[in-house]
Amino acid sequence: MAEPVTFLKQLISVAGLSGYESPVRELVETAWRPLVDELQVSRLGSLHALRRGTAPEPRPRLLYAAHMDAIGMMVSGLLDGFLRISEVGGVDPRLLPGQLVTVHARQDLPGVIVPLPKHLLPAEAGKRLGTLGGLLVDVGLSGSEVQRRVRVGDLVSFAQPPIELSEEYLAGHSLDNRASLAALTQCLQALQGRQTAWDVWLVATTQEEETFGGARTSAFQLRPALAVAIDVTFGSAPGSPAHLTSPLGKGPTLGWGANIHPGLYRAFKELAERLEIPIKTELMPTYSGTDAEVMQIVAEGIPTMVLSIPLRYIHSPVEMVSLKDIARAGRLLAEFAVQLEVDFMDRLTWEEGE
Amino acid sequence: MATQPALEIPRPPRIAEAQIRLLERLCNACAVSGNEGEVRKIVLEQVKPYTSDVRVDALGNVLAVRRGQASQPVRVMVAAHMDEVGLMLVDDEGDGIFRFDIIGGLNAAQLVGKPVLVGRGRVPGVIGRPIRISDDEDRDEKIPLDALRIDVSPDNAKRVKPGDYATFSTTFARLGPSLRAKAMDDRIGVASLIELLRNAPPNIDLLAAFTVQEEVGLRGARVAGYALNPDLALILDCTPARDLPAWEGDSQAAGQENRLYNTRLGAGPAIYISDASTIHDPRLIRHLVETAEQFHIPYQIRQPGGGGNDAGAVHRQRTGIPSVSMSVPGRYIHTPATIIRLEDWKNTLKLAHAALSQLTPAVLAVER
Repeated sequence: MAEPVTFLKQLISVAGLSGYESPVRELVETAWRPLVDELQVSRLGSLHALRRGTAPEPRPRLLYAAHMDAIGMMVSGLLDGFLRISEVGGVDPRLLPGQLVTVHARQDLPGVIVPLPKHLLPAEAGKRLGTLGGLLVDVGLSGSEVQRRVRVGDLVSFAQPPIELSEEYLAGHSLDNRASLAALTQCLQALQGRQTAWDVWLVATTQEEETFGGARTSAFQLRPALAVAIDVTFGSAPGSPAHLTSPLGKGPTLGWGANIHPGLYRAFKELAERLEIPIKTELMPTYSGTDAEVMQIVAEGIPTMVLSIPLRYIHSPVEMVSLKDIARAGRLLAEFAVQLEVDFMDRLTWEEGE
Repeated sequence: MATQPALEIPRPPRIAEAQIRLLERLCNACAVSGNEGEVRKIVLEQVKPYTSDVRVDALGNVLAVRRGQASQPVRVMVAAHMDEVGLMLVDDEGDGIFRFDIIGGLNAAQLVGKPVLVGRGRVPGVIGRPIRISDDEDRDEKIPLDALRIDVSPDNAKRVKPGDYATFSTTFARLGPSLRAKAMDDRIGVASLIELLRNAPPNIDLLAAFTVQEEVGLRGARVAGYALNPDLALILDCTPARDLPAWEGDSQAAGQENRLYNTRLGAGPAIYISDASTIHDPRLIRHLVETAEQFHIPYQIRQPGGGGNDAGAVHRQRTGIPSVSMSVPGRYIHTPATIIRLEDWKNTLKLAHAALSQLTPAVLAVER
């Protein structure tokens, strides 16, 4: 198994846009195969990996879900040798001008996103920065070559290579949510040679950025007793509001709010304190914006939790994370699975001391 | 003229693999206006084998002279600027995050979400909006420069400091018939000038000026023009190609012709008539055009209008220096990624060399 940073750099060097996750799934499959008892791919493309528990059948199931899809763009039309684009997931068009991209045509083509000069835009376009209208991709080829090679529907992904800022900090595209896949991988490594009473299902979900379709269907198929979504959250910086952000390098966050089962939250919090893994509580009033949102209401309902890795510049090609936070998230997830007793569900309560 | 067979250009410089690799080195180097050292070093290393008459002046211009063999050689200044637009750190806010300012004509809309290199150590960083905390803000609002910071990560907070320069970290790439890089404006001119110096025509004294601070007011060219005191000047630069299609749709721009393209990629070197700072010398324009037609080299006329380059400073030195400009067209100059056509570069160098080789005092013997 490669070094954690090497694996994560691989994960953020492929596209895997929502609905087209196979490039990243293949990497995860290869990494997880030697670490698990069983692998399956769901009908919507999510990767399910089972680490079998030791308790007698029927064993309760714990589900760890991290989405593997990424935001990006898609060719929506050809215009005199340039490509029009539409968004996949939530792309802020204001950070697209000047971005280097890969157009996944018959062969991958390097390109750059360019804004049209004002005089070529409709008069009202200046007031509509919020759409991808007025942005084109230039692949440096002649009009006829573009016509020959590129089709409407071809994916366009960020070409930003990983930036190793230091031993601890890494920047690049799609760290939302490949950082969490790296954490799950470290969780699996930490589980090697150890036993869990529960079956542990690790799931790399699809389409989180669009519809949460992967997590919803995988949770239905696997029907876990407990589900944890692992995702990224707003990293703090000098001047950012402390109640809405979390510092990088100071540990993962545990979500608190309507998507979170309080008893499950407490179990994670107490465990982190016992292990002296630094954590922060992240307040998530109403919705968490993660796979937990849909997993909670699958079938008859599932107690859910959100574990997040702080990340700066979310949904940009230069997202930044701390590798230490990823390792801590992986360790906490592994230890939670190991200490989970077979009758945990009988003791899971809403109120403290109930 | 176009009906006559093309004449042979005397010892034309070629653009082969070595020249493209040199351009790559030049583009990947970081040399924001006022801090041109990285490019200056490459230029000095490249020109010293061809002339011993090389000096670095008070502003950092590299002035390299190669004398001709004619009895009365025309003294020609050829200038290309070494500097590029970029950024400077201006305040350390802690945690690896720095406020920065823009140097030269850089649009703030091109900055967010870009990787940069900071300081002499080329410390990697990214430009982001550190205090953005919502996904659903109004995307019709422009992101102000004030909201952006350079982030080198908490670990590297002490490796950079206010006063350090930063540039985009885009690396050079080949895209089919095109080349893509940062700072093509004006490393393409620098690379051309190095080739001209290597293959200097014998009929002229070639006074090569690799200038500084073009992007902040043509300041290097001004003193270089004064010092070299040439008979005439040719400025080699990179000018915008805004040859994009009009956005179709539900508007009056639909299907309209793009009348403000400035220059077009693939149409050859762009010869200047006038810009915001210069009315170029008609005798020299004629000489360039006639040379191009004589040698069957494609060329285009840059649309007269705004913009400017070192000619604006040079032509007003001393008692006046007849000046003309010629550029390689570049799409998206002053952004992280400029695209040029290799063929345009080849033709620009070919035309520059041919025009210099054909130069005689007669060109300027007529009054302007």
